[in-house]
Amino acid sequence: MHEMSICESILQTLEEQAIAQHFSKVLTLRLEIGALSCVEPQALQFSFDVISHGTLAEGASLDIIERPGLGWCKQCEKNVVMQQRYDSCPHCELAPLPLISGDELNIKELEVE
Amino acid sequence: MCTVCGCGEGEGRLEGHTHHHEHSHSQIAHNHSHQGNDLHDYGSGPARAHAPGLSQTRMVQIEQGILAKNDGYAETNRRYLTERGILALNLVSSPGSGKTTLLTRSITDLKGELALAVIEGDQQTTHDAERIRATGVPALQINTGKGCHLDGHMVGHALEQLAPAENSLLFIENVGNLVCPAAFDLGEAHKVAILSVTEGEDKPLKYPDMFHAADLLLLNKIDLLPYLDFDIEQCIAYALRVNPGIQVLQVSATTGQGMNDWYQWLRQARLAVLPQTHVTTE
Repeated sequence: MHEMSICESILQTLEEQAIAQHFSKVLTLRLEIGALSCVEPQALQFSFDVISHGTLAEGASLDIIERPGLGWCKQCEKNVVMQQRYDSCPHCELAPLPLISGDELNIKELEVE
Repeated sequence: MCTVCGCGEGEGRLEGHTHHHEHSHSQIAHNHSHQGNDLHDYGSGPARAHAPGLSQTRMVQIEQGILAKNDGYAETNRRYLTERGILALNLVSSPGSGKTTLLTRSITDLKGELALAVIEGDQQTTHDAERIRATGVPALQINTGKGCHLDGHMVGHALEQLAPAENSLLFIENVGNLVCPAAFDLGEAHKVAILSVTEGEDKPLKYPDMFHAADLLLLNKIDLLPYLDFDIEQCIAYALRVNPGIQVLQVSATTGQGMNDWYQWLRQARLAVLPQTHVTTE
């Protein structure tokens, strides 16, 4: 359940940003999570509700932008959807494919007051 | 967990370490009270408005990696290790893969040749560190409590306390778990995954992140192959599918089979981190 420590990490960033950017409450937290990252959005949501209790982010809504797993097939010269890191190209079977998107794990922006 | 430094006040525990820091753990609470004051000053909001009802909410762009905090600690550890010519390896596996047995065997065989040190990660007990110390090598136990992995910050504190010798080899035995430790950089030179042949050969496909992050796969307990239905070629093929660059060595920590290949790999990896002057004098 590393989503718990990931939420603690997010909260640390929020606390630091609160000082640097002079806000006291986080209303919305926009995150970018790749489909092939180590994070399960539902588990993250659950953990965030628990971890943020009693903090500046208590009750904040999590807006998760999910990025699909995409790989570049140089043979077909196009992006193909990847369910797993090791998926081969569904058209020509080429593998391995370099990941174009899907491993994102970022805090994008905050709505604060 | 301390939100300033990341210390697990309630959960994580470093053997022989009491929780003293230069910073105060009430720092964040103080800031809260200051922010509480800000909250009442409507004029200080971005809208610069005193009019009631006008919203003071605003957007703050951050664009920061969620694991940036851990990555920062890991980089500090990496710098510390590099400056001292220490080769640090992060050993990852499921529980029961034979990591500690592999480690004690390696230590017994190598301690005459190299300076060694070990950081042990487990949720509870100091059993593993005690097993290592019985070999005469310094070892420190980190208990992660409910935590399922070591992180850069825990290892940073452990390095301070253990203070491994210059140009030594440091094994960091992570918590037995094939999921979470993949995401948390500790500052190591390489992740080494250990998979025993008593497990399923499709583990690389089931836990691709871990095998993708590892540079070396040790297939352990190969002395048991005659009694098992484990397709070793298939397992290696799966590992290579997830990570075409992964090296695979077949070993048995019990019989010693293949262990010399592992030691040879260690010697090579160590050459890459030793200061040049040390390499030429060895």
